[in-house]
Amino acid sequence: MSILKIDGVTKRYANHTALDNVSFDIPAGCIFGLLGPNGAGKTSLIRIITQITGADSGEIYFKGEKLRPSHIKDMGYLPEERGLYKKMKVGEQLLYLAQLKGLTKEEATARIKEWVARFEIKEWMNKHIEDLSKGMQQKVQFMATVMHQPSLIILDEPFSGFDPINANLIKDEILRLRDNGATIIFSTHRMESVEELCDNIALINRSRKVLDGPVREIKDTYKTDTYQVIGNGQLMVTSPDFEVLEQHSNHGVFRASIRLLDGASPNDLLRYLIQRVEVHSFIELVPSINDIFIRKVKETYHA
Amino acid sequence: MHKIWLIIQREYLTRVRKKSFIIMTFLTPLLLAAFMVIPAWLATISDSEDVVMVLDESGLFADKLESKEDLKIIPVAAGSLEQAKMAYQETDYTALLHIPKLDLDKPEGIRLYSKKNTSLQVKFRLENMLEKEIESQRFMASGIDRDMLNKMKANITMTTVNLSESGERDSNVWVTSGAGIVGAVIIYFFIFLYGVQIMRGVIEEKTNRIVEVMISSVKPFQLMMGKIVGIAGVGLTQFLLWVVLSTIVVGGVQAAFDIKPTPTPIEQMQAGRELATGEEAAQTEESSQASTFSEVSNAISNLNFPLLLGCFLFYFLGGYLLYGSLFGAIGAAVDNETDTQQFMFPITIPLIISFIMSYTVVIQNPDGPVAFWMSIIPFTSPIVMMVRIPFGVPVSELLLSMGLLILGFIFTTWIASRIYRVGILMYGKKINYKELSKWLFYRV
Repeated sequence: MSILKIDGVTKRYANHTALDNVSFDIPAGCIFGLLGPNGAGKTSLIRIITQITGADSGEIYFKGEKLRPSHIKDMGYLPEERGLYKKMKVGEQLLYLAQLKGLTKEEATARIKEWVARFEIKEWMNKHIEDLSKGMQQKVQFMATVMHQPSLIILDEPFSGFDPINANLIKDEILRLRDNGATIIFSTHRMESVEELCDNIALINRSRKVLDGPVREIKDTYKTDTYQVIGNGQLMVTSPDFEVLEQHSNHGVFRASIRLLDGASPNDLLRYLIQRVEVHSFIELVPSINDIFIRKVKETYHA
Repeated sequence: MHKIWLIIQREYLTRVRKKSFIIMTFLTPLLLAAFMVIPAWLATISDSEDVVMVLDESGLFADKLESKEDLKIIPVAAGSLEQAKMAYQETDYTALLHIPKLDLDKPEGIRLYSKKNTSLQVKFRLENMLEKEIESQRFMASGIDRDMLNKMKANITMTTVNLSESGERDSNVWVTSGAGIVGAVIIYFFIFLYGVQIMRGVIEEKTNRIVEVMISSVKPFQLMMGKIVGIAGVGLTQFLLWVVLSTIVVGGVQAAFDIKPTPTPIEQMQAGRELATGEEAAQTEESSQASTFSEVSNAISNLNFPLLLGCFLFYFLGGYLLYGSLFGAIGAAVDNETDTQQFMFPITIPLIISFIMSYTVVIQNPDGPVAFWMSIIPFTSPIVMMVRIPFGVPVSELLLSMGLLILGFIFTTWIASRIYRVGILMYGKKINYKELSKWLFYRV
């Protein structure tokens, strides 16, 4: 079942079109990557989903219902431009933001306690936001985003500004939230950073959707049956089943990219190689999302 | 509604808890008390007497100039002016009065020598004494008895009475004007002080980048109104605390130092005028001041306080809401405070004009056309109407003005919310009026 169905959404500003008839589904319980270069329209789409702005045409369905204001409290949004009230204490700030999302004071207090224990930040509660380091502020902001246990969490460029340790902490939290049933939308222009996290993606370029679907399927579609082999010996491929795309040799160690042709299986290639050389490494060369994106964009413009 | 209430609470509590708020709230009544105590205290210590040496070569004033409690006259034995000057130099007396031989019809050449500049008061009093003496001598010369003349003189103080449907009431022009001006000044300053706080608050949210987090939870309009109402609460709190604390502090000071209220500028002015009319006035000064005092307090007690207070609160809030939302819109349109100038200008102009007009044109002619129109137009009415109300404003005009003020702030709030919802998400763009007017009709 899809938690969010985006159906033909178009958004125009005074002198440019931010989104042009964009449609795709976001399945419930997955981590969804909304990918595309800067200025592609990701943030515009997110602002429509979070009802900060409205679409000029098209509809969005949240859990099968047309998007309406009451859905807001079932969403958590971490904008790219982050900020908190600098002069407020951490505890007050979290309480305030959680209450604005519709939690009662008691619920909010209980949740804050939970998160404080998880992030081990008890001693910060009475500190002012401005006295925290940037990384700590980001953690507080992340807590504020998910405090009300929304079923849809939208994170715009979530890892920008996080040091690697905190980024990993947040990654683990995101996976935990997903396992608890939440759906997470990642929006980023750094496609490689979310590749391993995302179950599904949509690629947006120049206000249009270029591609969407489960990462595995997309990769399967775009994979080229190419394998990288590293080993010892003199590699000479003569079989018509395989095509050598690239080959380097150095002091008897070779590195080659070999593509399978018409129905040959990886095992066929491996068997073929073992008879001739000493194989040290055999890996499928999977195109990265970035590669796919570039290819897809090129296709769209050449077509 | 629940969310807007949360926002109001936050805006209110964060400001009320600020050190600057607490300091301002408690310091102002203390300053007020200081204003009361220090002049009274200075008056008691500077009660030194003035001593004036008099060299009377005319012989007309010998024995006639009498020492007063705080102005002592010391006649100098006959001698030359030079001798007298030298004698004066050796003393620490205030001044040396030299009266040359005089022609009664043309008294000229009287001089007052002093080491430091003499105070105006000493000069006036000496002049008065001499004038009175010369007049007496002239009366004698023309055969008129001074006492006779005094009996013939009339002294009138008029009591102004307001005739209205609710009956006759003693009034006092000074009190009436004063009450209005005080209300107008307070409204003027509160609109400015707290309007700018709204603007700063919005800019702060924008530069902190919290605004996008906020409006993913609440509507921009809720955020804006919450801030405006919250800050209004801060303003009212401060105002009420000032009233209460001032009353306590002033009462305490009065009890502790046992001082009478220092005469208001009005009383001083009246006393001044009376002084100028001559000796008789001085004789009756005591009683006249007492009567002025009772007249003033009478007039104060005869002001329609419930009406005045009710109108004050209405125009206070109405004016604040009208301007406050515009200040909020400015905050949303710019990225930092230095960019606010060009937008502040058209907002501050009507405020400043109505402020200046209120204590010039309006106070002189509270029922004139300028006063009328300025008290009807919403942008100037909060200040100008406050000045007019103590003089009595027809109910129909008052209702018209209030109605228009309500429409006015609905209108400015609408404009502001349109600018606000676009502006808060707009960064790094220099905004001009053309751009701003487009925002009014953006579909967001």
